[in-house]
Amino acid sequence: MFGYYLELALRSLRRSRALTALMILAIALGIGASMTTLTVLHVLSGDPLPGRSGSIFMPRLDPRGLRGFDLSADLPAQVTWTDGVNLLNARRAHRQALMTGGALPIQPDDPSIDPFFVSARYTSADFFGMFDTPFRYGQAWSATEDEQRAHIAVIGSELNDRLFHGENSIGRTIHANGADLRIVGVLKPWRPVPHFYDLNTTNYGAAEQVFVPLTTSRAMRLTRNGGVECWGMGSGDEDHMESASCVWLQLWVELDDAAAVASYRRFLEGYAREQVASGRYDRPARAELTNVMHLLDEQGVVPGDVRLQVWLSLGFFVVCLVNTVGLMLAKFMRRAGEVSVRRALGASRRSVFTQLLTEAGIVGLAGGFGGLAVALLGLAIVRMQPNPAAELAHLDLTMLAATFLVSLFAALAAGLVPAWRACRIPPALQLKSQ
Amino acid sequence: MMRLDIGPILSTLGRHKLTATLIVLQIALTCAILCNATFLIGDRLRWMQSASGIDDDRIVRLMVSDIGPRTDTHARIEADLAALRAVPGVEAATVTNSLPFGPSSWSTPVRLTRDQSMPSVEAGAYYGEAVGETLGLRLVAGRFIRSDEYVWVDDHAAKQVRGSPVVVVTQALAQRLFPGQPAVGRTIVIGDEEFRIVGVVERLARAGDQNRAGVYETLLLPWRMVTAYGGGFAVRARPGEAGKVLQSAAAALKAVDPRRVIVEKRLYTEVRDRYFAADRATTVLLVGVCVALLVVTALGIVGLASFWVAQRRRQIGIRRALGASRTDVLRYFQTENFLLASMGIVLGMVLAYAINLLLMREYALPRLPLGYLPVGALVLWLLGQAAVLAPARRAASVPPVVATRG
Repeated sequence: MFGYYLELALRSLRRSRALTALMILAIALGIGASMTTLTVLHVLSGDPLPGRSGSIFMPRLDPRGLRGFDLSADLPAQVTWTDGVNLLNARRAHRQALMTGGALPIQPDDPSIDPFFVSARYTSADFFGMFDTPFRYGQAWSATEDEQRAHIAVIGSELNDRLFHGENSIGRTIHANGADLRIVGVLKPWRPVPHFYDLNTTNYGAAEQVFVPLTTSRAMRLTRNGGVECWGMGSGDEDHMESASCVWLQLWVELDDAAAVASYRRFLEGYAREQVASGRYDRPARAELTNVMHLLDEQGVVPGDVRLQVWLSLGFFVVCLVNTVGLMLAKFMRRAGEVSVRRALGASRRSVFTQLLTEAGIVGLAGGFGGLAVALLGLAIVRMQPNPAAELAHLDLTMLAATFLVSLFAALAAGLVPAWRACRIPPALQLKSQ
Repeated sequence: MMRLDIGPILSTLGRHKLTATLIVLQIALTCAILCNATFLIGDRLRWMQSASGIDDDRIVRLMVSDIGPRTDTHARIEADLAALRAVPGVEAATVTNSLPFGPSSWSTPVRLTRDQSMPSVEAGAYYGEAVGETLGLRLVAGRFIRSDEYVWVDDHAAKQVRGSPVVVVTQALAQRLFPGQPAVGRTIVIGDEEFRIVGVVERLARAGDQNRAGVYETLLLPWRMVTAYGGGFAVRARPGEAGKVLQSAAAALKAVDPRRVIVEKRLYTEVRDRYFAADRATTVLLVGVCVALLVVTALGIVGLASFWVAQRRRQIGIRRALGASRTDVLRYFQTENFLLASMGIVLGMVLAYAINLLLMREYALPRLPLGYLPVGALVLWLLGQAAVLAPARRAASVPPVVATRG
């Protein structure tokens, strides 16, 4: 029976090509525009550590001076050297890492190639285990090497390709800023989106290409990058960052269950109270644990424009749908005569209804294909934008399936009222008036 | 003679309530989205044209990074600047921490007195010797900072020297701090130091975050910037020579030390373009959606009007047979469309206002100026008339003889 409906539907759609094309175009444009903007939103507001982000927390304290004190303001998203090292050495979490960003000049062995800069991350050892970075060769360094300020590095796959043609480079050295660093690990391509662990250096940029122990970076005076917030007599003087009253390091801890979170929170609050009691902190003791997704939310990482664009395209989609309902109504009512004849010949209301909805469904599927083309084109245009997030805008399988499902449902919904109207046409009346 | 058959039109529409409602709804939504989108486009275009306060097309920016630990940073910067100034076409060169609408933003809290607890304003801060003169700022009162008043910013940060406590502010910042009073000679507190305002410049935009409200609240500090702190070279070229200067300036810097890396090399106009890239993308999308909306709505009206004309062929024939002229029939469909469009527009205005209220809450946008509403109405009336013309003509060409068939 469905085959017969399909044939009838196709025949009817062919009969009024312009109207059919118009309906398909409207659905395709609406779906295409919405899927483009939704894909961008979906990519930008994604979870950088799927399955793990719930157990990764940023401990936050308020070591700032009394001036400008405002209890309702957010706590800094970074820590001072003293607090960072204290909390790192307390080892109260399953894993903990203290880090900051930087930039390193890499001098290739071949003197004819100019030195180039890569972004770097100076961090303690747990970074790799905690964020589950995938290794192609070798492994992370250990806490012992942190203590020894070892001249070692983990490098990213892109740098390994560039310097060593993708070969196993463990044990070889890179010349960075006039010093030699021995490679102990090479990562596979890895890019958490957003760049959650340090939003000051980049929101959506690529992950760093060189990782060096934080202790080593300070001993070697490697160039540091990122946000610095100072107060009182603090200043951004690079040589005395360890003692300056500035927050400039990111601290992350991994806490596996609710009990661990509660116990760490108690520990952190106790630590803050101690600092106040000892006179190190001027402000009242405050401490917070913020998990990854909450931090991204609080920092407003997703640009407001992206949401605006989603609303705009959804509004456009609604107009397209209303348009399609109107056209579908016109189309079905124009066939009132045919429907009457079929009804008079014994077709039930239900079968007329089903047949008309089949027609709507075909329009929906065709609209889905059109929408897919529009979305692919839209995303290609988005990728031409110069910002670092743009290159991430690709249609994934979920969105692909969603395009077709939404399109099908939209067309069926648009056909519902018109089909209902049409199938209620009395069998005889239309025949008489012809 | 103009005859408006509103009565019969309304009674016909009454018999096609659903179709009429759909058209009205579509026009209303289009009108509402169109008004707000046009408003957003205008808002973005104005923002993208904001004056930077500097001589945009005469400035170029270069950033270099030297390899390995270096000593004598100050002497090396002086040598670089000397090399840049020797380049033909260069009028001035300095090292600065940021550029208006540039990527790296520096700001500093400003207070009026030392014991004030909350800062009066978070002002955009410019470091670098003769930044004002090099970028081409216009002085409206007082003077720029003198050469002997600058100290190196790293010496200052390490508390080795204290510079002359002088500062130049923009008109906008002066207005914010001392409304309606002359600012030259007043003191402000930055960090824990008091600074005397010695000059006021007309305008200088800040870099970094898109905080539009305070974009011109900036000041110039008496600190010589160093490249190690993230400073870049700003070079002022003779009119029309920026492109040429950019290439030769990069070559000159490379000649000082062939192993160094030129990290960035751009005309200022490019720096600016990158800052507004996201706004441009949103504007293009808004324009695209507006056009698509108008096209879809127009085609929808054509489709429905054609359907109505086809459905009423016989009635049209009867009217023609009873003496209605072609013009009468044409006018009938035009008036019908005008009525539907008017209903849609009225509903659309209400919707437009509601959407604007939402936008105001979510995106801190200003209220939709009333001027956009009549423009939106006019566009939709014209669109409706244009769309209905072809079907109405087809209706008008229905011969009276149709009445006798059937």
